[in-house]
Amino acid sequence: MTKPSENSVIIIGAGHNGLVCAIYLSIAGYKVRVLEAQDVAGGGAVTSEFAPGFKISGLAHLFHGLDPEILKDIGMQSTNFELGPEIKTIALATNGNHLLIGKDSVNGAGLSEEDKQTYKEFKQEYFGFAKVLKPLLMNKPPRLKNMDKADKFTFAKLGWGLRFGLGVDAMREFLRVGGINIYDVLNEKIENSHLKGAISVDAVMGHHMGPRTPTTVLTYLTRLNGEAQGNLSTPKNGMGRVTELLVNCAEAKGVEIQCGATVKKILIDEGRAIGVELDSGEQYKAPLIVSNADAKSTFLKMIDVCELDAMFAQRINTTRTHGSVAKFHFALDGLPEFAGLEAADLGNRMLIAPDMRYVEHAFNHAKYKEFSTEPVIEIIFPSVHDDSLAPPGRHVMSVLATFAPYDLKNGWSEQARQEFTSVVLKSIEKYASGITSKIIASELITPIDIENKFKISGGHWHHGEMTIDQSFMMRPIHGAAQYNTPIEGLFLCGATAHPGGGITGIPGRNAAKRISSLARAG
Amino acid sequence: MPPTIIQDINQHNFHEVLRPTPFHPRVDHNCLTKNWMDWNGYLTARTYDTLAAEYFAIRSSCSVMDLTPMGKYRINGPDANKFLNRLVTRDISMLRPQRVSYVVMCNDEGKVLDDATIFHLSEGDYRLCCQHHQLDWLMISSLGMDVSIEEETHDVAALAVQGPTSASALKLAGIDEIEQLKPYDILHAQLHGFEVMVSRTGYTGDLGYELWTSPDNALNMWDAIFEVKQKGFYDIRTIGLSALEMVRIEAGFILPGDDFNTAETAIRADRVRSPYEVGLGWVVNLDKPSFTGKRALLDEKKKPIKRRLLRLEVSGNKAPQDSFLYAGKGGKRIGTIMTQIWSPILKANLAMADVEFAGGSQPNDIWAEIYYQKELEWRVSWAKGKVWNKPFWTHPRRSASPPGSY
Repeated sequence: MTKPSENSVIIIGAGHNGLVCAIYLSIAGYKVRVLEAQDVAGGGAVTSEFAPGFKISGLAHLFHGLDPEILKDIGMQSTNFELGPEIKTIALATNGNHLLIGKDSVNGAGLSEEDKQTYKEFKQEYFGFAKVLKPLLMNKPPRLKNMDKADKFTFAKLGWGLRFGLGVDAMREFLRVGGINIYDVLNEKIENSHLKGAISVDAVMGHHMGPRTPTTVLTYLTRLNGEAQGNLSTPKNGMGRVTELLVNCAEAKGVEIQCGATVKKILIDEGRAIGVELDSGEQYKAPLIVSNADAKSTFLKMIDVCELDAMFAQRINTTRTHGSVAKFHFALDGLPEFAGLEAADLGNRMLIAPDMRYVEHAFNHAKYKEFSTEPVIEIIFPSVHDDSLAPPGRHVMSVLATFAPYDLKNGWSEQARQEFTSVVLKSIEKYASGITSKIIASELITPIDIENKFKISGGHWHHGEMTIDQSFMMRPIHGAAQYNTPIEGLFLCGATAHPGGGITGIPGRNAAKRISSLARAG
Repeated sequence: MPPTIIQDINQHNFHEVLRPTPFHPRVDHNCLTKNWMDWNGYLTARTYDTLAAEYFAIRSSCSVMDLTPMGKYRINGPDANKFLNRLVTRDISMLRPQRVSYVVMCNDEGKVLDDATIFHLSEGDYRLCCQHHQLDWLMISSLGMDVSIEEETHDVAALAVQGPTSASALKLAGIDEIEQLKPYDILHAQLHGFEVMVSRTGYTGDLGYELWTSPDNALNMWDAIFEVKQKGFYDIRTIGLSALEMVRIEAGFILPGDDFNTAETAIRADRVRSPYEVGLGWVVNLDKPSFTGKRALLDEKKKPIKRRLLRLEVSGNKAPQDSFLYAGKGGKRIGTIMTQIWSPILKANLAMADVEFAGGSQPNDIWAEIYYQKELEWRVSWAKGKVWNKPFWTHPRRSASPPGSY
């Protein structure tokens, strides 16, 4: 057992938020030790070899770059990531009339000039809305009761941004759409159903939501915040690269990172977190414990439930954390051919979502604990930009397929896995005939696998649904939404906390700032 | 392992708005006033014949009350003790088998949900008796624990047998070992060939017992007790909830839901009460490692108390029903009478009063403004209140062991 020093911190989980939090705390003068259950740091931001010679980003596969403010604070350059070229979205069409969708422009045969113009205006308007939320994202979510000065300031900035940043008309529009669904909004604005289908994917991918689900405008704005952060791209060597840089940065600042160290429980004495115990029985003591694990894992697995008030535990237990996306990794003997696309186009992000009804129907299955028979699919070929990922002449394909619910009716048996794999391949074959014959090796990661491998309850990417009732001052639940928890000395710093999932580093940063400011306040 | 929840879903006859208890044939026969009321969904007698006679049965002979509507839960399984100890504010980890403990349950905010008694029936097997239905809260509190919770409100018939001659009467009825029971003891006995659990517990502040059996044996149990009366040994009277209200206030027991809003039912933020505010600080053990509400109670303990439920004797002969209370005659309003009775034995108006404690201290000059009618005309008068720190009425026979043979 180690003797804790006054300002020592233990961070549970070396995912990117844990690492960002570690770096910030280290800069603030804390002595930080990060304990990671897996053999490598990174959590969901890892590069793994799934077949001999074939490497791929293990969970998150696209990157908007870390938040610029964070990069500045921790002394990193975005060029360090050696990002590939900007990745645009290609909405696939069986007839070859694909759409090429960029940040603020869209092109494609069969698209009216009006829709092209509307798309541009729509993105501008919605980037404006996303920007209004930014002060909320970059601060601890304000409490509604017993606000401190910082909380009032956050509210003031939010209010100012709404009223004067947007102006009266835009503010009125923001208030109108903020809680409604993307289906209605897109139908109001855009004619082309193919384009609407593609945009709606950004609002529902990763969530248990269809385009008609209320608050899908909000999830879309979250996505836009990512887009505003930087171009969509892939780092050299995959997402593991992000982790590697963060690890180097952390270690240079004196952070100790220990992999293969699974925290079994958080030690609590008189209602105060005092350390952790590993699977091995080894104990580490520290006056500050920061969990980068999701709220359910933190409170219901690592803590004796008796240490929590009953309703608090119940509310954590009833947060919605069932993941609904499966990830496929394919090793390919050469690039496949997509009808109507050049080989160079395959460096983009391909979407199978012909229209919003398709997406909504795909979601219908998830409601009844079935996987979609016609899933929404996102395909990228990271090896197009990065030859380090596959042997020469060969390629890797990373596929997100939704909806693949965590709580599949009869469980994710081997048979179910095979059925879903063939459903997904059948869908891709419609656009890339013969792709199946190029497959050398494959790997399927269902939400169950995500749960087991990455230790995320429910296998939910975002550590819990990012619905409005699980966002802001209610993320993960009120009473634990300002990074500190009812257990004194225990903090949350992961995607389970505000502002939630995505490779942003913001929860980690906000948590570190909260810890430092509470320490200053004594 | 998820908790095992066994819920009673007995067929209910929906033509009956209120459910008769297993004693109903006898209750109905004895209840001359037909003054029925609802207690937890059961048809319950408010009075049987004469309130005064019922009251004096409790205080000077032997009374019988149907206790069946009391919320009852059977709790067992490997984590039963851990579960209960987290549920309540008192440390019951050392509660021995065949013993009973009075407890209070709080929500996360440290506000009282209910009071209760825990009966440790046999090693690891408990019964929790509550004033109100608490199954949902029990289920919530069982998250992550290996515990079985069974709603047995309708599966256990119970009678309270209370009064100076209760021990003697029960002994004659056939509970031979009754004298061995100390206060809060449990006895598993045989009565005319069926099983009865007897506990030396009650809500009257007097010598008394509670008898628990299966509904099938309910009438036999009733008859065994009243046989003692029929044979002319002791007078035994049925009592209703009105008489019980009188003796429980005399004895200083609180009634959640009447004396204060329980946390689950309160809508307004200032209506909930902590154990300290209802005079139950003595059942809160802040040294216990953890329990629901502990954090909030630790915080509350640091601050001066805002208000308290007081035992107030109000002078004069006018009932201070629903009266407002003032600091000094005509002074600032500081509280309300919650429940009140006329005590025949003390010849006084006794009340439970919710009183603000400005600056954390008890007001020293409390006056009640009493509205009363004279021939349908309202009048108002003032009466001074006197705070009792102890119960209004106690008697050594309540705790004498062995009980006095009256």
